[in-house]
Amino acid sequence: MNSLWSEFKKGIIAENPIFVLALSLCPALAVTSSATTSLTMGLSVMFVITMNNCVVSLIRNVVNPKVRVPVYITSIATIVTVVQLALQAYAPALYDALGIYLALIVVFAIILARAESFASKHTLIPSFFDGLGMGVGFCVALVIIGVLRELFGAGSIFGVKLLGDWYNAPLIMILPAGGFMLIGYLIGGWKMLVQHMEKKEAERSEA
Amino acid sequence: MAEVKSNKELFNVSVSPHIRSKESVSKIMWTVNICLAPAALFGAYYFGLNAILILVAGVVSAVFFEWAVQKIRKKPVTVKDGSAFLTGLLLAMCLPPTLPWWMTIVGSFIAIVIAKHAMGGLGSNIFNPAHIGRAALMVSWPVAMTTWSKMTTAADVVSSATPLNVLKMQGHEALIDTFGNASNMYQALFLGTRNGCIGETCTVLLVLGGLFLIYKKYINWQVPVVMIGTVGILTWIFGGLVDPAGSLGFFAGDPLFHIMAGGLIIGAFFMATDMVTIPMTIKGQIIFAAGAGVMTVMIRLLGGYPEGVCYSILLMNCLTPLIDRFCQPKKFGARG
Repeated sequence: MNSLWSEFKKGIIAENPIFVLALSLCPALAVTSSATTSLTMGLSVMFVITMNNCVVSLIRNVVNPKVRVPVYITSIATIVTVVQLALQAYAPALYDALGIYLALIVVFAIILARAESFASKHTLIPSFFDGLGMGVGFCVALVIIGVLRELFGAGSIFGVKLLGDWYNAPLIMILPAGGFMLIGYLIGGWKMLVQHMEKKEAERSEA
Repeated sequence: MAEVKSNKELFNVSVSPHIRSKESVSKIMWTVNICLAPAALFGAYYFGLNAILILVAGVVSAVFFEWAVQKIRKKPVTVKDGSAFLTGLLLAMCLPPTLPWWMTIVGSFIAIVIAKHAMGGLGSNIFNPAHIGRAALMVSWPVAMTTWSKMTTAADVVSSATPLNVLKMQGHEALIDTFGNASNMYQALFLGTRNGCIGETCTVLLVLGGLFLIYKKYINWQVPVVMIGTVGILTWIFGGLVDPAGSLGFFAGDPLFHIMAGGLIIGAFFMATDMVTIPMTIKGQIIFAAGAGVMTVMIRLLGGYPEGVCYSILLMNCLTPLIDRFCQPKKFGARG
C-alpha cells in the first residue's frame, strides 16, 4: 500500500510533469490563459493518462516491442476520442475553447513517456496509480498557471471577477510571452519547494 | 615578534595588472547618464508634469528593484554604480508622455528583475533591459503605449499621432501639412518640438550626448553611424514605394525625416551601443548595427507598427552570440 502511495505521490511534486520533467509544455502555454480551460485540459489529460496506463500495462505482454509505439498511440487516440466526444456533447463551449489542443492530447509527450517508462514494465495497479499521480500533477500545474494568468491578465478566477475596474490588466499575461515568464518562475519556485522537502526528509531520516 | 611589527617597510607583492585604467563601471554609467540628461530634461520641460512623473517613477523604481533583488539574492548591493539608474532613465525616455506613471514601475520591474537579474545581473543579460521593459509594456497595454498627446501653445493637451504614424497612415504630403512646410518639419524634428516618446524627440541634444560618449571612447562611432546610415540609405531608396497616398517610385523616400523621427537617434547612440548586449569586436558591432538598421526600416515600411527601433535592437541582441562566434579576432601571429 505504501509503495502505491509513493507511486501516486511522486507525480505530484517530486516528478511533476510540467515543473520538473518539463514535458508537455505546449498545452501549459496554449490553454492556460484562463483557469477554466486549464482545469478542463488538466482533467482530460488525467483521465487519458490513467486509462492509457491501465491499457498499456494490461497488453504489455502481448505487444511485440517493435510495434509498441503505434499500438500505444492507437490506444491513446481511442481514449482521447472518447474525451473529445464527451466534452463536445456535454460542454460544447469548453470544447470550442480548447480547440485543436484537445485532439493534440494524443501526442502529448507525458502520456507516451509514462506508457513507455512505467506502464509497459509494471502491473495494472501500480500503473494506474502512476498515471493518476502524473495526471493530478499535470492538472495541479496547469491550474496554478491558469489561475495566476487569469488573475493577473483579466482580474478574475474561473470567470469570477475578483479585482475591480481599477485593475488595468496587462495583456502580456494572457499572451504566450507572459506564460513563458510565469512558467519559468514557477519552475524555479517548484525547485525551491522540492529542495526544501528533500532537506526536511533527510533531517527526519537522520533523527 | 618585534621584527614584523611594522608592515609599512615590507614590499607590497601583487599579481598583474599593476597599472589600472581609471575607468570603472560606475564612472562609465554615470557619464552615460549625464549625456542622456539634457534630452530627458528637455522632454520633461516640453511634455510637462506627467513626463516628469514617468521619469522619476522609472528611475526610482529601477534603483529600488535593483537594491531589492540584490538584497534577496544576498549579493553585494551595487545600486550606486548607476547601471540601474541608466536602465530606468532609458526606459522612461522611451515611453509616451501620457502613459500612467505606475505602468513605468511595471516596466522597470520587468527590465530589472526579469530581463537583468533573472539572467544573472549586470554583464550577463542577453537583451537590453530597458527595451525589454518597453516591449513588455507595449504588449501589455497597447492602447496606452500608442496614445500620444500634442502640447500646443495654449498649454492644453490634444491627442494626436506621432510623425511616423502620420507618415504610415496618411503619407508624406499629409505629414508635411501637419507641420506647415518641409523646413518647419525638419526644424521641429531637429529641436525636438514634436510628438513622440519623452526622451527621443530632441535630436540635437541626443547627438551631442552621443558625440561626447564617442569622444570619451565609451562607444564606437561605427555603431551609430552604420545604424543611422543604413536606415537613411534604405529609406531613401524604398521609402517612397510604400506611401499610402500612392507609390512615388524608387529613391523618393525622405531619409532625413526617417533618421530624426522616432527613436532612431536615441536607439543608435544609447541602446545599440550597450556594452553588455552587443558583439565584442568592431566588425561584429558593425554587422549588429547594420542588421538593426535593416530591421528598423523593414518594420517601419512593411511592418504593422510605425516604429521599429526597439524591436530591431532586441532582435539583433538575439544574434549577438552568433555574430561574436563568426567575428573572432585572429590570434596574434596566426596564419590565414
